[in-house]
Amino acid sequence: MTQPFYVSPEQLMKDRADFARKGIGRGRSVVVMSCRDGIALVAENPSPSLHKLGEIYDRIAFAAVGKYNEFESLRQAGVRYADIRGYSYAREDVTARGLASVYAQSLGAVFTAESKPFEVELVVAEVGRTQEADHLYRLMFDGSIADEAGFVVMGGAADAVVDALRASWSPELGLGEAVYASARSLRRASGERTDDSSGDRTPDASVLEVAFLERDPDTLRGSRRAFRRIGEPELGTLLQHGQDA
Amino acid sequence: MLPEDLASAIPGAAAGSFAGYLSVHHPSLLPSPGMPPPSTPGVTGTPSGAGQLAPHATTIVAMTFPGGVLMAGDRRATMGNVIASRHIEKVFPADDYSVLGIAGSAGIGVDLARLFQVELEHYEKIEATRMSLDGKANRLAAMVRQNLPLAMQGLAVVPLFAGFDTERRVGRLFSFDATGGRYEEREHHSVGSGSVFARGALKKLWNSDLDEAAAVRVGVEALYDAADDDSATGGPDVVRGLWPVVYVVDAAGSRRVPDRELEAVARELIEARSSAGREA
Repeated sequence: MTQPFYVSPEQLMKDRADFARKGIGRGRSVVVMSCRDGIALVAENPSPSLHKLGEIYDRIAFAAVGKYNEFESLRQAGVRYADIRGYSYAREDVTARGLASVYAQSLGAVFTAESKPFEVELVVAEVGRTQEADHLYRLMFDGSIADEAGFVVMGGAADAVVDALRASWSPELGLGEAVYASARSLRRASGERTDDSSGDRTPDASVLEVAFLERDPDTLRGSRRAFRRIGEPELGTLLQHGQDA
Repeated sequence: MLPEDLASAIPGAAAGSFAGYLSVHHPSLLPSPGMPPPSTPGVTGTPSGAGQLAPHATTIVAMTFPGGVLMAGDRRATMGNVIASRHIEKVFPADDYSVLGIAGSAGIGVDLARLFQVELEHYEKIEATRMSLDGKANRLAAMVRQNLPLAMQGLAVVPLFAGFDTERRVGRLFSFDATGGRYEEREHHSVGSGSVFARGALKKLWNSDLDEAAAVRVGVEALYDAADDDSATGGPDVVRGLWPVVYVVDAAGSRRVPDRELEAVARELIEARSSAGREA
């Protein structure tokens, strides 16, 4: 009978973390940004139907990078969690904090117990009535959780996007300006990576997936659901407007 | 080829239903957990026995008009001969393009409406698209059928469902029975204790080229006639300022007709009836 080789727990965890990081780094980046009129979610995504951004509940959205099948199952589980909670308690009782901690537990459990960790990184965003009440929870593949302020970039060349965004972000941005700033930074970062010199041109709307969590959907649209996808014509106008400004 | 257990997960994922998930994992949260009727007769007595326990919601009318559909409900709930509520609202927006009204046992009906709203929103979030209007009607029929054991004990809920079909670009109406039967109605329909009188009124007042404002007037008048002859249906209450709940669904989505419009319609109607000076 053959004995399995001894692997120290440190080495085991390090191997798993490296594996997950490599998977996440391969994809493209996503930006989630808190601003004056709400939260803007911007993803580089050439597919118009396989979403990286999704609605969870009235004021809560989900953004992910990594393997589609893994984060899609997490998104669906999150929608189910939120709907059951809202149905059995009340709609106000569904919070991003509750959902984020459930996600953290299951990501942590998979990281230590399963044969392969999830190759995903998530943001659970909740828009508040004021900007101070906005929440951006960032969840890593190992279940670690961080409460971020301002903006979050994950996946792909995240560091390059953060560097590009740091100069243009301010809490005073409107949703349109936030989308333009994010799209430009994403474009510049991916331009650097591929040695493409077109990084300063207008961002291309066809490879972007954009959604808003609006701060006051009741007064804007008479709806309690803050999440709204920004489709092609509106997105093109936003980007053009941003470039002119 | 997929292993057997993995292959069976694929048809399992076909049901994106919130109510279906609840019935497997949290059956206690459903409005009617599908319990069998008690085998000992005499506890509830006659089928109407349980009906005395809880408030009963009454009349709902609905009608199509070119480009949309309208649903209106009175504001009364009764418990035997007592008026249980003068304020109850029995017409609810189900999602952006459909509304439902409930008649029958009020507590179960209101919960059924809430479950149905979550069901549609849940599907929309999971699938990233809206359910078709026929799909919505079928889901509602399945939920009504779940309530059959309680309906046998006198706690029936009979919804009326109306929506704008975004494929065919018309307003459509569906009625249901306690066994989960689903019937598409043409022109107009009404359910509840005053429905007989409301339907009589609709037959005379409805025509195929009503505009939206005229449809609102017809809906309010049909409820007025129902309230005139059915003690369980409430008419417009000028003392308390209570008007029917009216929703209109068209290509732009569903919207509630504001109270001030309904007040004007109701006052005009009462004025016309009293100045006519006739018995009915």
